[in-house]
Amino acid sequence: MAETLATLQGVSRVYQKGKERVDVLHELDLEINTGDFLALMGPSGSGKTTLLNLLGGLDKPTAGTVNVGGAILSSMSNSQLSNWRATHVGFIFQFYNLLPVLTARKNVELPLLLTNMSAKERSRRAEIALDIVGLADRASHRPRELSGGQEQRVAIARAIVSDPQLLLCDEPTGDLDRATADEILKLLQTLNAEHGKTIIMVTHDAQAADYARRTLHMDKGKLEARTTA
Amino acid sequence: MKFLNQAIAVTLLNLRNLPQRAGGSVVAVVGVAAVVLVFAAVLSMATGFERTMLLAGSDDTAIVLRSGSTAELNSGLSNDQALIIANAPGILRDGDSPVASFELYVVVDVAKRSTGDQANVPLRGVQAFAIDLRHNVKISEGRMFEEGKNELVVGRAAQSEFAGLDIGNEIRFGQTSWTVVGTFEADGSVSESELWTDLRVLQAMYNRGSSVQSVRVRLLTPESIKELSDALADDPRVDVDVLSEKDYYAGQAGPLSQFIKIVGYPLTILMAIGAVFGALNSMYASVSVRGKEIATLRALGFGPFSVLISTIVESTLLSLIGGIIGGALAFAVFNGFRVSTLNGASFSQVVFDFAVTPDLLAQGLLAALIIGLVGGLFPAIHAARLPVAQALREL
Ligand SMILES: Nc1ncnc2c1ncn2[C@@H]1O[C@H](COP(=O)(O)OP(=O)(O)OP(=O)(O)O)[C@@H](O)[C@H]1O
Ligand SMILES: [Mg+2]
Repeated sequence: MAETLATLQGVSRVYQKGKERVDVLHELDLEINTGDFLALMGPSGSGKTTLLNLLGGLDKPTAGTVNVGGAILSSMSNSQLSNWRATHVGFIFQFYNLLPVLTARKNVELPLLLTNMSAKERSRRAEIALDIVGLADRASHRPRELSGGQEQRVAIARAIVSDPQLLLCDEPTGDLDRATADEILKLLQTLNAEHGKTIIMVTHDAQAADYARRTLHMDKGKLEARTTA
Repeated sequence: MKFLNQAIAVTLLNLRNLPQRAGGSVVAVVGVAAVVLVFAAVLSMATGFERTMLLAGSDDTAIVLRSGSTAELNSGLSNDQALIIANAPGILRDGDSPVASFELYVVVDVAKRSTGDQANVPLRGVQAFAIDLRHNVKISEGRMFEEGKNELVVGRAAQSEFAGLDIGNEIRFGQTSWTVVGTFEADGSVSESELWTDLRVLQAMYNRGSSVQSVRVRLLTPESIKELSDALADDPRVDVDVLSEKDYYAGQAGPLSQFIKIVGYPLTILMAIGAVFGALNSMYASVSVRGKEIATLRALGFGPFSVLISTIVESTLLSLIGGIIGGALAFAVFNGFRVSTLNGASFSQVVFDFAVTPDLLAQGLLAALIIGLVGGLFPAIHAARLPVAQALREL
């Protein structure tokens, strides 16, 4: 019943650090279904962020193909990837990456500047996204007037405002206390269950991984499937 | 269209951030301000000098000099020759007499008010029509000298620059003593740097017999200069050059203003190269401070072009701000700044004001614009090419 959203086939990513070759990912295969909520765990330096960047079209593999929703990211040009990112993927970062000079609403509107929407329509959609994350009443606050958890909610609203199928989260709760982290994770669960978002979340925190439908472990650039309780 | 909207959005965002990064921008702004300041200051000397010389000249007045003389000082005409010239065709007449002034000048030493140093000042002997012959000259204070007396009228610029030239003063030049009886104005032109007296008195005091250096005449029309010079060329009794007053002064202004420009433009270019490096530095710093913002925007789907444009606009804007500051400073400090300098052609002092003209300011701003574009280009390319994944990692 589940259809495949993303497929990685024989994906390798090698960095050249001066004369040294760093083999981060090695002939990796992976399938992700539409509607999945996948947690990605593993020690530091195992290649989790690298994998996420490949799935989000921020980076290209040294070898292999990356197919997301029918788009072959591995063979697209940088400007094609730019355009693709604008509508197909939402990023959620550990440190939120909000623009400090903009209000929450304007931060959320940012991705919509890449569309032909009118200012009014942009504003309306931003309000809806802020409402989904429960921050409608903070729309005109600037990031430094918000708590960490609230900032991450704004970042999530920004990630979903252009209605992408895929959300990529790199340690979304890494900078938050337990209680706030749980709220954010519940929100991600809601987005997955009720809004049909496919979510891939990198985390170091086993409790966070429990919110996902399944967990993959990475070690030295290889994936090993394990079932979570 | 979408490209443009993106570029505008990112540029506006960038400019909103600018005040927070102001510290790093100071170097670029100051560098450009210095370039424009020096450029406008140096060249305002040339424009001021040219203006002073050109203001003095009109094209319906002609100066007749002995053939081959580049300036009055090395010209010489006998009284008979001067009479032949004055009565030649093409010259306006007032009743029976031609509108002409025979003139002779000598150089006298006068102390500068500021330093007390002696400077060469032209003392010119003129005839009654001298004032009418110069469109912008009028007695502004006191009265005209009387014929046959040791009386002087002094140009206003000379009066303000040199000591002892106030009305009523007695002043000695060599063996002779003179009384200052009036001040004349000439719209700041070169005439204002001179002292005038009666031609016959000057000839007598300086043992010049009846010889003069130049004959200044009012032409019937500016075109009559051809008729006059043809007639004089055909007359075997005289061997002269006929120049319009305008051409005569322009020729005198040439060498000095040329010199200033020859120094000024390369100096500006050298400083501009320095300022480009300042701008490059500031912009690379700015791009690195903006790294997180740029990487985030790129992750959201903003294209490299909009990052490029936003960086170039920032650099250009900073440069223009520097240019405006430099130009305004130059205008405030140097415009109207009065100096006197030796005019090589007449071996005497010309008093003139620095002129920071709109044209000079426009050239200065153009230089600022170019510095901004050049200084912003490479950092902008760098910013546009920033590897997004790596940039996000570093933050
Ligand atoms: N641009 C690069 N040049 C060279 N090596 C790199 C580069 N980017 C990443 N690496 C290396 O690739 C490896 C994997 O990095 P990655 O960020 O994917 O790990 P990670 O699993 O996300 O680690 P963490 O849990 O610390 O975030 C690391 O050893 C890292 O040093
Ligand atoms: Mg990582």
